[in-house]
Amino acid sequence: MRYAFYPGCSLERSAASYHKSAMAVADRLGLIFQEVDDWNCCGATEYFAVNKLPAYTLVARNLARVPDDLNQMIAPCSACYVNLKKTNKYMSKYPDLADQVSQALAAGGLGYDPGRLHVRHLLDVIVNDAGYKTIAQDVVRPLSGLRVAPYYGCLLVRPKNGFDNPEYPMSLDRLLRALGAEVVDYPLKAQCCGGHMTQISDKVAYELIRRLLHNAAEYHADVIACVCPMCQLNLDAYQANVNRHFGTDYRIPILYFTQLMALAFGTSAREAGLGSEIVSAYPALAKIDVEMPKEEDKRPHKRPSKQALPMPGKEAR
Amino acid sequence: MALDSDRRSSPRTFYEEVMANTPGGEALRLCLQCGTCGGSCPSGEDMDHSPRRIFAMLEANMKDKVLRSNTPWYCVSCYYCTERCPQQIPITDIMYTLRRMAIAEGLYEDADAPDWSQTFIGMVEQFGRSYELGLGTRYHLTHRPLGKTGLGTFALDMLRRYRLALTPNSIVEIDQLRAILNKAKELEGA
Repeated sequence: MRYAFYPGCSLERSAASYHKSAMAVADRLGLIFQEVDDWNCCGATEYFAVNKLPAYTLVARNLARVPDDLNQMIAPCSACYVNLKKTNKYMSKYPDLADQVSQALAAGGLGYDPGRLHVRHLLDVIVNDAGYKTIAQDVVRPLSGLRVAPYYGCLLVRPKNGFDNPEYPMSLDRLLRALGAEVVDYPLKAQCCGGHMTQISDKVAYELIRRLLHNAAEYHADVIACVCPMCQLNLDAYQANVNRHFGTDYRIPILYFTQLMALAFGTSAREAGLGSEIVSAYPALAKIDVEMPKEEDKRPHKRPSKQALPMPGKEAR
Repeated sequence: MALDSDRRSSPRTFYEEVMANTPGGEALRLCLQCGTCGGSCPSGEDMDHSPRRIFAMLEANMKDKVLRSNTPWYCVSCYYCTERCPQQIPITDIMYTLRRMAIAEGLYEDADAPDWSQTFIGMVEQFGRSYELGLGTRYHLTHRPLGKTGLGTFALDMLRRYRLALTPNSIVEIDQLRAILNKAKELEGA
């Protein structure tokens, strides 16, 4: 099966490990992902707050750039997924909006037939098209004994996506179970990470992040598995800030579900994109015998140059 | 729809304008004031007014108070309210509409959130893609930089793990994107 693949801005850099592991997993499962040519940002939650029509049009340019022979489009980022799906749906539902978006697209020589594409999240495609059975058969390194907390966040399951429950989703739970993990059932699995709130009010954002970390820790999770770059960033990169703010000491690694899949399929830590998380996952992954690659241990150290000015060395301190 | 044409002769109220600017916004008339939205909201306790109260204020056309409140800006777009609303009001989309109207009218108390949105879309319009380092530095250096010392270590951690690009990555057909967006802006202005 071939799909149009819309990576979204995060996967280019801040969530490169998601991109890498998603491609490795797709390859293993025989899913062919064809990147949408010259795609642009979906506008996140920001564009809709400034201009309505340009926001829908910005998203629609991506829909319009999918070649005619593909009718399914995948977004691995939950925010991109919601924006693409919503624009597709609203253009079908509200002809006035569709008409205006089409006029704007025409200014760039593009056109889109509303509803032509089926927009899907990466998780949906993996669990429903490849299927839990196939996935379980590909597991060579079961995640036995690893307590994984599935974290769905908001935009994967809300507004209702048709493939999982908006309040109490289970697809990621089942997937992790197929990988052999001990799945942690905790109440906040579909609560919000705060999205871009870290930039608007850190006090509000840190509390949202703290709740999630606290809840996962209460249920003794070794690692949190997430499905969205925004969730990963908030829980991982802001974990230190949250600890500072509340005087807590959470050290929960946050991995993408595709990274755990890749590891279960037997890829190396490097191929699974490990090492870019801020809270290191290696201590937890020792449970399933994943070791840190040797090269990463060593930090390149500067050799003192003979021409350099005399500086106090370690012994001077 | 006869009602609509009757109204067209008189100027639209604020309440009607909010509905007209939101796809499916007419559902707002069905609000029961049940409060499911506020009860479901993860950031509700930090809002000036709960979403439920905002909807009552909309109906009372309290434009200034609604647009000056932090409620639309504290919405994290989690869609819990939209999902749970028994009347299927597109609440998250209404919050977006209120943000747009607050920017258009210059009615907001704290400029941080509107500026963040505008800086973000400025980057998108310039490059076609988000550029986190440029966005973060431009926004934070102009918005209480001294209060954000925690972000320094954040950025360093991200840079050290190659998770922040130093230069923006522009799309190839940026002219096409600009032509499309300009047309959309022109249509929306009309």
